[in-house]
Amino acid sequence: MTPAEIRSVVIDALTKIAPEIDPTSIAPGASFRDQLDLDSMDFLRFVLALHDRLGVEIPERDYPRLSTLDGAVAYLASRAGGPR
Amino acid sequence: MPSLGADMEAGTLVEWLKHPGDALKRGDIIAVVDTQKGAIEIEVFEDGMLDEIVVKPGEKVPVGATLARIRGSKVEPPAAAPPREVPEAAHRIRISPLARKLAEEKGVDLSRVTGTGGNGAITREDVERAAGARAPSAPPPTVAPADRAAAMRAAIAAAMARSKREIPHYYLSTTIDMSAALTWLRAENEKRSVTERLLPAALLIKAVALALRDVPELNGYWRDGAFRPGAGIHIGCAISLRGGGLVAPALHDADRLDLTTLMHQLQDVAARARAGSLRSSELADSTITVTNLGEQGIESTFGIIYPPQVALVGFGRITERPWVVAGKVEARPLVTVTLSGDHRATDGHRGGLFLSALERLLNAPEKL
Repeated sequence: MTPAEIRSVVIDALTKIAPEIDPTSIAPGASFRDQLDLDSMDFLRFVLALHDRLGVEIPERDYPRLSTLDGAVAYLASRAGGPR
Repeated sequence: MPSLGADMEAGTLVEWLKHPGDALKRGDIIAVVDTQKGAIEIEVFEDGMLDEIVVKPGEKVPVGATLARIRGSKVEPPAAAPPREVPEAAHRIRISPLARKLAEEKGVDLSRVTGTGGNGAITREDVERAAGARAPSAPPPTVAPADRAAAMRAAIAAAMARSKREIPHYYLSTTIDMSAALTWLRAENEKRSVTERLLPAALLIKAVALALRDVPELNGYWRDGAFRPGAGIHIGCAISLRGGGLVAPALHDADRLDLTTLMHQLQDVAARARAGSLRSSELADSTITVTNLGEQGIESTFGIIYPPQVALVGFGRITERPWVVAGKVEARPLVTVTLSGDHRATDGHRGGLFLSALERLLNAPEKL
């Protein structure tokens, strides 16, 4: 999966949790929690959605690496083995 | 029309999901009603047979009005009952109440919509897409989101004003060291797959439920001038809705749920609360409410009791602060817990015992 495809999966997961989000308005370097008002339950659903879609097991200690769009894409690309 | 909270006066019947002659089991979803809290699925509370539908879809009736008549559990459906003319497919469509209501508002034929949700369930987006394909003939929605938000605001206003008018609140607070609970939680989550992981909220809710066994006078209702204990420990979890408003669906018998089940149920009601598809028992049964504003960085919250309940427990943010341990100052993860109590039902002494029990339980997380 390419980084662009992973980015699309991440945005799709976010918009399912917070349908009012305009995907084009997500600042890639800013915290999801701050800009999208996600709480810990939302964040867990986000991690679950990524797990379901990408088959990646994400340990809790890595959650901080998923806190921004750019960070999540980089982390998931490394865990999924990068572009194929 | 069941009362789904002290703030509800009326509801509009959206749809019947059962028909006269249908056998009913306790817990079956029989209808969907529209309230200030969204589209709510109405359950039946006894086995029997649907005898007669009294209120038709679209009718708004007050709380207490008869919606339908059900014959009791001893009555078998007539053996010679003719088959119903309703197509089987109509019963097998998987769809949330919100999407179903939207379909009705927009006049969308559900049998012609392909679901893209889990297990092929029809989502709100599917309905909107189907409605958009023939937009010129679609009737306008009867309830605009702004109206819904205003109605919910008015309902919250009524309940909270009643609470402040009628309930003599007392407030207690204590600070609890969460080191043991969070250390245990971290180790536990290391062992768990992402689908089984726990949030601190699950521990807090379970601890509240168990502490209520020690102080049952906080678990129940004030009705007709006296305290009435709850039939079980049903924790109402305050969930803020995206776009404003809140609901507090119940986790039934939370004291008897293991942490994994409790966490799954909490995730489930939170997701359905935000999707607008709660069940009547979840809105009507809470015997106490728990609110947690810690995620917003709030240190402590002194909540307003949701009548006719007699207590509300508030959690603030779990954050590292100085704490004295064996004569030395250490950085520890602390949480401020508050209790709002109805002074008609309990005194501060009992409230204090509850908070002490809560602290003891959170210091032994492996027993939760």
